[in-house]
Amino acid sequence: METSQEHEHPQWEVVIGLEIHAQLATKSKIFSGAATAYGASPNTQACAVDLGLPGVLPVLNEEAVRMAVKFGMAIEAEIAPYSVFARKNYFYPDLPKGYQISQFELPIVGNGHMDINVDGSSKRVGITRAHLEEDAGKSLHEDFHGLTGIDLNRAGTPLLEIVSEPDMRSAKEAVAYMRKLHNLVRWIGICDGNMQEGSFRCDANVSVRPRGQQAFGTRAEIKNINSFKFVEKAINHEVDRQIQLIESGGKIVQETRLYDSVKDETRSMRSKEEANDYRYFPDPDLLPVSVSDEFKAHIKALLPELPDTRKLRFNEQYQLDTENADILTASRSLADYFETLVKESSCEAKMCANWMTGDLIAALNKANLEITESPITSQRLAGLLQRINDNTISGKIAKQVFEGMWHSTATADEIITEKGLKQITDTGAIEAVIDQIIADNSKQVEQYRDGNEKVFAFFVGQVMKAMQGKANPGEVNKILKTKLK
Amino acid sequence: MHNKSINQLAKSLRAGEFSSVELTQSFLARIKQHQALNCFITVTENVALENAQRADAKIANGDTGLLTGIPIAQKDIFCTQGIKTTCGSKMLDNFIAPYDATIVTQLNEAGAVMLGKLNMDEFAMGSSNETSFYGAVKNPWQTDSVPGGSSGGSAAAVAARLSVCATGTDTGGSIRQPAAHCGITGLKPTYGRVSRYGMIAYASSLDQGGPMARSAEDAAILLQAMAGFDNKDSTSVDRPVPDYQAGLANSIEGLKIGLPKEFFGEGLSASVGAIIEKAVEEYRKMGAVIKEISMPNLKLAIPAYYVIAPAECSANLSRFDGVRFGYRCETPKDLTDLYTRSRGEGFGKEVKRRILMGTYALSAGYYDAYYIKAQKIRRLISEDFKKALADVDVIMGPVTPSTAFGIGEKIGNPIEMYLSDIYTIAINLAGLPAMSIPAGFAEGKPVGLQVIGNYFTEDRLLNIAHQYQQATDWHQQIPKGFE
Repeated sequence: METSQEHEHPQWEVVIGLEIHAQLATKSKIFSGAATAYGASPNTQACAVDLGLPGVLPVLNEEAVRMAVKFGMAIEAEIAPYSVFARKNYFYPDLPKGYQISQFELPIVGNGHMDINVDGSSKRVGITRAHLEEDAGKSLHEDFHGLTGIDLNRAGTPLLEIVSEPDMRSAKEAVAYMRKLHNLVRWIGICDGNMQEGSFRCDANVSVRPRGQQAFGTRAEIKNINSFKFVEKAINHEVDRQIQLIESGGKIVQETRLYDSVKDETRSMRSKEEANDYRYFPDPDLLPVSVSDEFKAHIKALLPELPDTRKLRFNEQYQLDTENADILTASRSLADYFETLVKESSCEAKMCANWMTGDLIAALNKANLEITESPITSQRLAGLLQRINDNTISGKIAKQVFEGMWHSTATADEIITEKGLKQITDTGAIEAVIDQIIADNSKQVEQYRDGNEKVFAFFVGQVMKAMQGKANPGEVNKILKTKLK
Repeated sequence: MHNKSINQLAKSLRAGEFSSVELTQSFLARIKQHQALNCFITVTENVALENAQRADAKIANGDTGLLTGIPIAQKDIFCTQGIKTTCGSKMLDNFIAPYDATIVTQLNEAGAVMLGKLNMDEFAMGSSNETSFYGAVKNPWQTDSVPGGSSGGSAAAVAARLSVCATGTDTGGSIRQPAAHCGITGLKPTYGRVSRYGMIAYASSLDQGGPMARSAEDAAILLQAMAGFDNKDSTSVDRPVPDYQAGLANSIEGLKIGLPKEFFGEGLSASVGAIIEKAVEEYRKMGAVIKEISMPNLKLAIPAYYVIAPAECSANLSRFDGVRFGYRCETPKDLTDLYTRSRGEGFGKEVKRRILMGTYALSAGYYDAYYIKAQKIRRLISEDFKKALADVDVIMGPVTPSTAFGIGEKIGNPIEMYLSDIYTIAINLAGLPAMSIPAGFAEGKPVGLQVIGNYFTEDRLLNIAHQYQQATDWHQQIPKGFE
């Protein structure tokens, strides 16, 4: 089957809503004191409560509530003064109690929003609700010769399920929303955002309808997608499937589908008829959660400057263009790096931004590193930019110095001294070199004087080569122009 | 020595009349002698003797704890570290908890000696102790009668002097009804007064552990050790625990007693009714003021309870799936087979009946009609009590409509069995504290008087019961053959 990348379907409108599970970065689980650290050997981080032993009881981790409220405030949502945990009943071997503690009728966060930007235009995506719940364990089907292993380390890990309105109209918008949310949860410190470890994953509800039609089409839910790339691919694939099915006279059935990233296709998991009746009811082991105005005020005071606000400030305070401001607020660490760099280097903000969005981010991407893992700290980079600013080195030499700094812990100054890269601004030295080059290349001098301006670059190149690139380019140009007249 | 009160035993132990080891051995011998009652699922002889030795050493060192060295027994619903906890079910016949229930820890710390784990209706679902996987318990007053349930083993063991006192749990009457049938004193505390941590859940919003003893005085001492806030139970209440013995001797002159006419209508046996009236008369003599009251929603308690309790139990018992602990069927052929056969073979009839009722009540399309409606009724019943208790200090009435019925008599008729809790269930729905006090005999079997108080008035209830026990000797009667 052919899948177009851009998805231009003139007759069809795509409708997407996302349910995102963000694992909250608490130290202990949502209803027990067991640790939440990833990667421990199986079942070593599961206590009696996580195992669902007879007689044990859940006790709510207040930190999880704090984080949920923090999120709610960041998306300008309503925070429920009174929310209730409910039991979601189903049998599965990695669900120890036979029910998951979640929130159903009264979630802690309701009715917020997030603005996304796609192809230069801005759009508001509604967030219906966000609720707290516990994660299940993991079933391990390999390595057990026809049996299934159960690892309950993850059981009881706190999750915030963030449910959007069906407001997105393309896979691109869905990815933009997901990225923005991914940035936000890390920005406010409630989730590490690690998608490989499953800390941030997504279910997509996808449907299509003829353009102009009000009513939604029948939707399919694609489960457990754990990368931005796969979200885009899975949605595009699903949209194609639905349109082809309808256009060939078929009917969409409401169902849950699974995205297979290897085959790049979605396949049916279960239909609505086969869906579980979860028999939600309020969990009698837990009291309703009440959030007071004081608590909210306290959390609000702890909230950092949020990405959108900071982006606007970058626009105004540093006169950054939208593209650079976007890139530099893609994470809180990047934004912090940028502001430290400006402050420490006393260089023009634009120059700092260009160095970051150019050389630094390229190098980080190549090495697959986060800004927080950058071998060059903002302080060291500031040292380099200062030397460009005070003409000690040229921009071109600076790239060499940057390279040296990337692979060592030396400062820019140390590398400049050690490799003798200091720019030559002594006009006498430059003049001497230029005189010699003019004398050695009479043919080119003639051509230039005959009006062939292009030859000028040849002279610049010769001078730079002779001076190992260390000559101040401005001076070289000036002197060459005078001498060639 | 097995007829002495806790206070008397504490004195004797310190006076050196006998040691805790001797006392414990004497009870262990009685347990063996009266095995036919089937009170115990597990007798922890070695643990008991170790506990007793430690208690004797503590007493020799000047320890003054009233429960130090006193033999008690635990209902087998409370998890005990390293000792089998079955909850009366085949499902947990092999289950050894890796931890102690909070009340087990508290009683251990108080120095009590644990004789063993007591028989009970399976998962506390039953009113006769006949649903136990370990067989019915016999009522020491008449061994072809039931002891009541679900804490039937606890009640029979205390009545037969196989233990000084015992723990019980009460979801719809499971402390009070067997206490009444066996002629002992039982107290169901206010919901939240005693920690539920480590108590295997039947219906979480109704379950409450409490003391079962031979007198209000003993019950006060036992409750003292069990009550209190537990940060492992979110529904336990952080509120100071009063000294339950301190007020026992207070006068009850002027006490206002309400008698709901709904407790004395059709269904109450004439002989039980007469005894309750006599008991109330006794209170009048002590200076109490009697007032007839009406609580119109009480009649809805049984239907509401049999929606809410099964609904909660249907989820609470989902963890018994044969995967991590408990019974697992032989050679399951796939996951569904593992689930259905483990649960099908591991659970008894009554448990399955309640799981099915609860699953049905919570199902899509039925939830509002059953679960939500039952919750509304629950609020109405609470309101009835609130109104009544604004006007009177306590409410009195029978615990059960009749005396203990015969073993096998009602087990085939669940509805009739459910009706034996008709006077106790509403109290659990409201979360109030209530007691059962021995008040006389009908047809040679004990009858219990129920006293219901306002939230957290356990001290007052114990005082009221104690005063009655100063004026009467019903609680001192010993069943024949168990003297």
